[in-house]
Amino acid sequence: MKFNIPIGPQHPALKEPISLRMTVEGEIIRDADIRLGYNHRGLEKLAEERTWIQNIYLTERICGICSHSHTTCYVQGVEKLMEIEPPQRGLYIRTLVAELERVHSHLLWLGVAGHEAGFDSFFMYTWRDREVVMDILEMISGNRVHYAMNTLGGVRRDIDEGQRKHILDSLETLRARSEFYLKIGANEPTFVARLAGVGYLSKEKAMDLCAVGPTARASNVARDVRRDDPYAAYDETPFDVCTAETCDVLGRTVVRIKELFESYKIIEFLLKNLPAGAISVKAPTKAKPNEVLSRYEAPRGENTHYIKSNGTNKPERLKIRAPTLANYPATVEMLKNGFIADIPLIFAAIDPCICCAERTVETLDARSGEEKTLRFSELRKLADERYKKLSPKRNAVWPF
Amino acid sequence: MAVLKTLLYLIVYPGIIFLFVYSTFCEWFDRKVYARLQNRMGPTHTGRWGILQPVADFIKLMSKEDIVPDKADKTLFILLPVFGLAIVATAGLLLPLWHYSATEAGFNSFPGDIIVVLYLLSLPTLIFFLAGWSSTNVFSTIGGTRVLTMLFGYEVPLFLSVLTPAILAGSWRLAEIARFYQQTPALLLPNILGFFIALICIQAKLERTPFDIPHAETEIVGGTFTEYSGKKLAFFRLMTDIELVVSSGLIAAVFLGGFPGGVLLGLVNFVIKTLIVIFFLSLIRALTSRIRVDQVVSFAWKYLAPLAVLQLLIVILIKGLLL
Repeated sequence: MKFNIPIGPQHPALKEPISLRMTVEGEIIRDADIRLGYNHRGLEKLAEERTWIQNIYLTERICGICSHSHTTCYVQGVEKLMEIEPPQRGLYIRTLVAELERVHSHLLWLGVAGHEAGFDSFFMYTWRDREVVMDILEMISGNRVHYAMNTLGGVRRDIDEGQRKHILDSLETLRARSEFYLKIGANEPTFVARLAGVGYLSKEKAMDLCAVGPTARASNVARDVRRDDPYAAYDETPFDVCTAETCDVLGRTVVRIKELFESYKIIEFLLKNLPAGAISVKAPTKAKPNEVLSRYEAPRGENTHYIKSNGTNKPERLKIRAPTLANYPATVEMLKNGFIADIPLIFAAIDPCICCAERTVETLDARSGEEKTLRFSELRKLADERYKKLSPKRNAVWPF
Repeated sequence: MAVLKTLLYLIVYPGIIFLFVYSTFCEWFDRKVYARLQNRMGPTHTGRWGILQPVADFIKLMSKEDIVPDKADKTLFILLPVFGLAIVATAGLLLPLWHYSATEAGFNSFPGDIIVVLYLLSLPTLIFFLAGWSSTNVFSTIGGTRVLTMLFGYEVPLFLSVLTPAILAGSWRLAEIARFYQQTPALLLPNILGFFIALICIQAKLERTPFDIPHAETEIVGGTFTEYSGKKLAFFRLMTDIELVVSSGLIAAVFLGGFPGGVLLGLVNFVIKTLIVIFFLSLIRALTSRIRVDQVVSFAWKYLAPLAVLQLLIVILIKGLLL
């Protein structure tokens, strides 16, 4: 007997609204369909009405976890448009925050994976240790979520000797704890039984469907923007691209834990070789007419910003492609022929950030079932029409 | 006088009032142990060390809005929580505390009561299945079928492992089994394998991690209880708590030598021994991750059932050769 089960837009496994419609036969998924558009905020349109500087803080608010990823990606593009070169120390600090962010994002993901698999103890422990990184980030930038470190032409805050020492000390704790997680994640029998062989994505499929980030690397596709197209200080930093050959959720877990160790290595290198000098250069207010595509390896995978300038102090167009969006086609492939019990795990394994990925609105007519993809201008027209038709009403009634 | 005594058994101790108080305490204990193992505080606010938190939760749920879905089978939907509570409370009455006479059989202690307790503890599973099925919600239906699927896994090993000590004691009466092991405590040792099998099966019966599959929140929302709210949910939660007490009491009576010593000392024995069992259950809950329903069945038949048979074999050999 085939029937449909709706996962989302509201569901305990999803922290953000998205709709997964599963056609299941008994406990086995036969077909999956992903519907987006519950979290559209019109950021790209808004960006066209803000100045270059204001947009840094706008792009930061795309996501609460990879906030630094989006600003760095944007700032790098704009710096190319403005033809300015940030000083070396600025680049090092930018990379440092990026790696700290990767550590906190991966630790967060480990906890979420534990929770989705019903392993709440793992969730509690990883999130406790994530606080160590959060504290470091707060110490560097003054904020826990939106660090606001980037500015056009460098970074906004410097790192002093005391902070440097504190970070190096904390790294020791994190390293020891991560080793423990690697042991648990790859050895605890019930946990491994849930992860191994689940959500299989072959290397060919991962290439075909353009999977990015740890999802692709777990399918043995060694794809990493940090190595393939180095930005910031990555061309001077030694690190390895972690891959796994198991092509399943266990592989994605192992890749993320291994990346934690690489991140610790990078952070240590950056702090020990921090060059002296200024942290930023002054940026002009306008950019010449041009266009640029900026790539960035966010914790979840490749993040790209396409920026077009028209000679004014505002962008002509900003197009954002978040890593989650690139991983959706692969997710549908992974979900097919899996168990219902594996839906949250498979979906969580791409580390979805729905608010990052929402760029269009799809409307569904409740009566006819007709679907339409609407642009912002069309939505505005619809709204105007609706409010013109409505007669002015006075609903408020004074209760006394 | 006899009527008064029976009423005392039924209502105060070990009847519904004692079960309510002790089961809420056990829930608090379980939550606290679970939280401490996870490096959390657990309940702290209501009462000393948060000890009244489960009672507060119960009262809060009782005062919440109670919704019955339009498409649900209304009679069944409403009656199931009450039935379930009544069934597990009845099972609690059969535990050999102080209210039985050693020589003659009464309504709460008779030859074969161990089978009746096991039977009464099987019924909640059916209640959960019917609750899920009568809700007519997709998630509840899946939860309900998962309840039944799991039953096929753990029920046989549970029966085998709980009945082997009875075979060694040569009695089907809980009070006599307990007395047998009080007289020869050394014979508890051969049953150690059965004790751990029974622990795992009870964990599955109570639907706790790693067997919390029927109400795995990240997969199927509330599972069986998705449509339940208010008083009915409160009843179901109380039912699960009492089931925890009764099943750990059963394990303590069969594997840990029962509760000797009259009213007060017997109570102390009961509390200590059930808390030991519940501590083990909390430990399993904290240390494992939820497994899939097919993995439960294959695990139960690959490992638990053969081990239970091995335990039976050990007991038969001991009984034949030594006793």
